[in-house]
Amino acid sequence: MRNRYLTAVSLAMAIAIPALTPGQAQATAERYVIDTEGAHAFIQFRIKHLGYSWLYGRFNEFGGTFTYDQDDPGASQIQVDIKTASLDSNHAERDKHLRGSDFLDVTKYPTATFKSTSYKETGFNKGVLEGELTLKGVTKPIKIEVERIGNGPDPWGGYRRGFEGRTEFVLKDFGIDYNLGPASRTVEMMLTVEGIRQ
Amino acid sequence: MWRNTNQAYGIIAIALHWLVAVVVLVLFALGLWMVDLTYYDTWYRAAPSIHKGVGVLLLLVLVLRLFWRLVNPKPAPEPSLNRFERLASGAVHGLLYLLLFAVMMSGYLISTADGRGIDVFGLFQVPATLTGIPNQADLAGDVHLALAITVLVLAAIHGLAALKHHFIDRDRTLMRMLGRSAPRPIKGYQSRPSSNP
Repeated sequence: MRNRYLTAVSLAMAIAIPALTPGQAQATAERYVIDTEGAHAFIQFRIKHLGYSWLYGRFNEFGGTFTYDQDDPGASQIQVDIKTASLDSNHAERDKHLRGSDFLDVTKYPTATFKSTSYKETGFNKGVLEGELTLKGVTKPIKIEVERIGNGPDPWGGYRRGFEGRTEFVLKDFGIDYNLGPASRTVEMMLTVEGIRQ
Repeated sequence: MWRNTNQAYGIIAIALHWLVAVVVLVLFALGLWMVDLTYYDTWYRAAPSIHKGVGVLLLLVLVLRLFWRLVNPKPAPEPSLNRFERLASGAVHGLLYLLLFAVMMSGYLISTADGRGIDVFGLFQVPATLTGIPNQADLAGDVHLALAITVLVLAAIHGLAALKHHFIDRDRTLMRMLGRSAPRPIKGYQSRPSSNP
């Protein structure tokens, strides 16, 4: 009886102690994997069509990880890799054109990458993420306006955290200079990511 | 004269042959031209739509042509043709038909890759069937171009062979496809009226 009690206590301690002691003092950033498997992440873009309307598209295949530290948000980092061939604007012929050498040239540049260099929280649930975007072989710094959407446990025993970012850039800066008209020189990108804590 | 005989092509077969020849050349040029049009070009939208519409109509013409070939006698090859020439010309003719169908199928698979049909000048729609193959439009596009170039190369061989028969072999191969059924007079030979032509 006594033995069994002791075993239970030591077992409990063996589980609890390692969870309590290390790491907690030194602020370790939590690591998250973007939930592309469950498709709770979206990389979308929009560009004006002739200046009369918005054309929306997205990249269906991408992946990445981010870290987030509630105590030191400035230390957060993110990297996302996008398969450029997965572009989808709901029109096969347009997608074919956009994948071709006039635009993304996906056979030559199959991957686009964003890698953050700094993150600053600027207000309640707001922040600015700076980093380098590599698109069509050109790497340039861009700034992403970030909104923290939420975080917490999910119903299946995991822990999730989500952000949405918006940015815009001039296509020509990344070597895409096909003339779509004066209203369509810049593209807006909307990145919605939900990460599952590892 | 509308139908073929064992000796000569009829008007229908000849007309279909040259119609297909001209349309294939026009579609090839139009195709190469249209993919390089810029967004603000007047023809940016019209050219592909004409290319697709004419392509679908060409498919119908080709089916009609094959049907006509099936229900008509096949004029015998010129007697001057040797065994190799008979085999080679037969193979090229067969390949041209096959490749033309393949070009049209690949073109169809580009435009219908996302389930959209092909509109033929507002007359009717060709519905999409095979969709959603990964990168379908891109793959079909590569195949479409490669096959179209192959067709042009074969057609050039076909045409050069016809010219060779006309100018070098001096037989009636080319003339038959132009509807001239009378034998060409042989140079320096005075034909005499005969009771046994």
